Amino acid sequence: MIRFILGRIAYLVPTLIGITIVAFGFVRVLPGDPVLLMAGERGMSPERYAQVSEQLGFDRSLPAQYLEYVWRLLHGDLGTSLVTKKPVLTEFLALFPATVELALCAILLAALIGVPAGVLAAIKRGSWFDQLTMGTALVGYSMPIFWWGLLLIIFFSGILGWTPVSGRISLLYFFPPVTGFMLIDSLLSGQDGAFASAASHLILPTIVLATIPLAVIARQTRSAMLEVLGEDYVRTARAKGLAPRRVVGLHALRNALIPVVTTIGLQIGVLMAGAILTETIFSWPGIGKWMVESISRRDYPVVQGGLLLIALIVMVVNLLVDLLYGLINPRIRHR
Amino acid sequence: MKLSAFVTTSLIAIASAAAFAAPAAAKTLIYCSEGSPEGFDPAAYTAGTTFDASSRPVFNRLVEFKDGSTEVQPALAESYEISDDGLTYTFKLRPGVKFHTTDYFTPTRELNADDVLFSFMRQGDANDPWNQYIPGLTFEYYNSMEMASSIKSIEKVDDLTVKFTLNAPNAPFLANLAMDFASIQSKEYADQLDKAGTKENLNSAPIGTGPFKFVAYQKDAVIRFSKNPDYWGTPAKVDDLVFAITTDAAVRLQKLQAGECHIMPYPAPADIEALKADQNLTVMEQPGLNVAYVAYNTEVAPFDKPEVRKALNMAVNKQAIVDAVFQGMGEVAKNPIPPTMWSYNDAVTDETYDPEAAKAALEAAGVTDLSMKIWAMPVQRPYMPNARRVAEMMQEDLSKVGVNVEIVSYEWGEYLKKSMEPNRDGAVILGWTGDNGDPDNFLSVLLSCAGAKEGGANRAFWCNEEFSGLLEQAKQASDPAERTKLYEQAQVIFKDQAPWATLAHSTVVMPMSKKVTGYVMSPLGTHKFDTVDVAE
Repeated sequence: MIRFILGRIAYLVPTLIGITIVAFGFVRVLPGDPVLLMAGERGMSPERYAQVSEQLGFDRSLPAQYLEYVWRLLHGDLGTSLVTKKPVLTEFLALFPATVELALCAILLAALIGVPAGVLAAIKRGSWFDQLTMGTALVGYSMPIFWWGLLLIIFFSGILGWTPVSGRISLLYFFPPVTGFMLIDSLLSGQDGAFASAASHLILPTIVLATIPLAVIARQTRSAMLEVLGEDYVRTARAKGLAPRRVVGLHALRNALIPVVTTIGLQIGVLMAGAILTETIFSWPGIGKWMVESISRRDYPVVQGGLLLIALIVMVVNLLVDLLYGLINPRIRHR
Repeated sequence: MKLSAFVTTSLIAIASAAAFAAPAAAKTLIYCSEGSPEGFDPAAYTAGTTFDASSRPVFNRLVEFKDGSTEVQPALAESYEISDDGLTYTFKLRPGVKFHTTDYFTPTRELNADDVLFSFMRQGDANDPWNQYIPGLTFEYYNSMEMASSIKSIEKVDDLTVKFTLNAPNAPFLANLAMDFASIQSKEYADQLDKAGTKENLNSAPIGTGPFKFVAYQKDAVIRFSKNPDYWGTPAKVDDLVFAITTDAAVRLQKLQAGECHIMPYPAPADIEALKADQNLTVMEQPGLNVAYVAYNTEVAPFDKPEVRKALNMAVNKQAIVDAVFQGMGEVAKNPIPPTMWSYNDAVTDETYDPEAAKAALEAAGVTDLSMKIWAMPVQRPYMPNARRVAEMMQEDLSKVGVNVEIVSYEWGEYLKKSMEPNRDGAVILGWTGDNGDPDNFLSVLLSCAGAKEGGANRAFWCNEEFSGLLEQAKQASDPAERTKLYEQAQVIFKDQAPWATLAHSTVVMPMSKKVTGYVMSPLGTHKFDTVDVAE
């Protein structure tokens, strides 16, 4: 088992090196120059341009810049934002809890609804429930996130007034971040109604972010269940006269869950992508919104550092998913 | 060091939270701002979003723009004197001005000349210990407004007197001092930060003399300010000012309508009708201090001939463009400066839309089968809601006079760069928003010979000695009446030579709750809230 884990971790190293190259190259391949963007319509004299480029270290060759970037990385320095002049890691850590909180809520919602819906659809294959679930899943999967989010805001916040429009908590509450997770911090603050306010602000963004993963999980669960329900051992279990609930719950579901867990794990990457739009619509101060703004401002260090950290997290989550297989299916552990 | 900075910041946050938690019937104004500030040191940045959150609530300047106008009035300087030769500016500082007392700073002295010197020297002197208090810091406005080359020296005459000596007379200099980069910082606070080894806090925990004190900033989410009870001017009407950062215009609108904020900037043009129809809202509007234009490359044939440029201008139906693209939130431009600017020459007549005459004029100039490019910028700017649409409408208009137009576009940074390349092929759609309310800030930057070189902003590459001479004369003159006359003449030359097709001046719109009173729109596009009250 330990050898298995170490082997997986060893895989991370070349991947990470690759990501530093891609992240470094990606922002520089994009047309546009951070120094000129700073000057805007006004323009900048060639002398001043040279001066600012030198100050920011852009006057050196790309390989030299890359090597310095890696050298700093090895010393734990992800660089400093060109715009806010703050360390990339500090900014990331300040924003990351917001993204995690939203992503966790979304994946929970997606799994809690998606798995049972998929199982039921598989058992009642061909029924109106199956058709409705799969039809809805297809719609959910193809939903343009931005439009969907705005639609929910206009209906639930604008017309009905049930949910707040955007943000993480009502502006009436003001307490310093302790964990960065608003649900926890609001409880710690001890202020009346703070937790309820934080929770109500999570509803719409959670639904929007969960929509695509929910559709994927429901469809994946259904097809995995259908496959397993056709297996010999399920027929045997049925033939032995086991209660249908036991057949489905114990024998079928456990085996069907392996591809489902993979799917849920892979959705972390999808969540990161979905977070970009969801966070922008709901003014959610997380890393998705931060990355988008940094790309448009050509804030090289932030884009490089942010991509690297996000990639690292996705890889760690995938590693954890791999390890989780072992718990669900002991056969994988011994491989 | 980093850890200590973190601990300090956390303590500040906790302490300020404790201060804030005190229950009181506090009056709070919530502003749904359009973006996050880059930082809180206004000299280090150029974006209006940053200034709205830093220089305007927290800081003051020696002189400031009067609310709702571009007129410069005394502020931290109680009075000033300009020598007859226009070379020395002597400022008498207002006595008794207090810097903010917060959880992270308690001033022991009042504003004096050291603070003024500190605020400028750090920007102008590369060897000043505060020039690079964060590595990579650039003082872009100080440089682009040519402060470095204008100022010969800044001296402290006595505790409350500061003297600026210039290299050459420069009439817009005073207006420059009212700009955000010229905000006055506390030298005492800087010294305290230096001692604590936390210089970078100058950009994250600001101390100024303004109507609001900085309380806290949660990145990309909320900025909180509280009223400065010791303000030297008229104190703010509300106790707390909160910026709820909401980048999407449609969401800002929803928040305003749901009562989650009281006031918002930059509504989408398509939403304005709905906003006006909402009974709970007031929609204020004002002509912006801006211009949108199409700059021909006057160095390249046949656009080097004024008669060709004028013929093309006659072929474009500008009113139709303003109606369709600006959706009524703008007016057709005839001069390079907007009508709200002093010295605007209303006697100038615009080219009239007349395709037949345009066709004839082109033929008379010997131009047939003309093909040209029009550059459409890829972004929305305050002066331009949709450049692509403008280019398409121009394409259609010009095809009617036999001119074949190809529309090109580039990524914004590339666009700015390539449009300044001397042999540029095509006419460029672009615009400008005034920085300091001085006509020089439009005319010299955008149309003078000095701007027609690499790194300038004269995208017509138009160099007219007579025009540039008038601007130079106006810069050296200190009498506003004399300057007005010179700028009026310059506008006549401009129209006669037509280096641009002047397109439009856009209107700025501010929707707000009916509970809000006392908001004053600034022609400079700034958003400030010290005069604003909000009904319970």
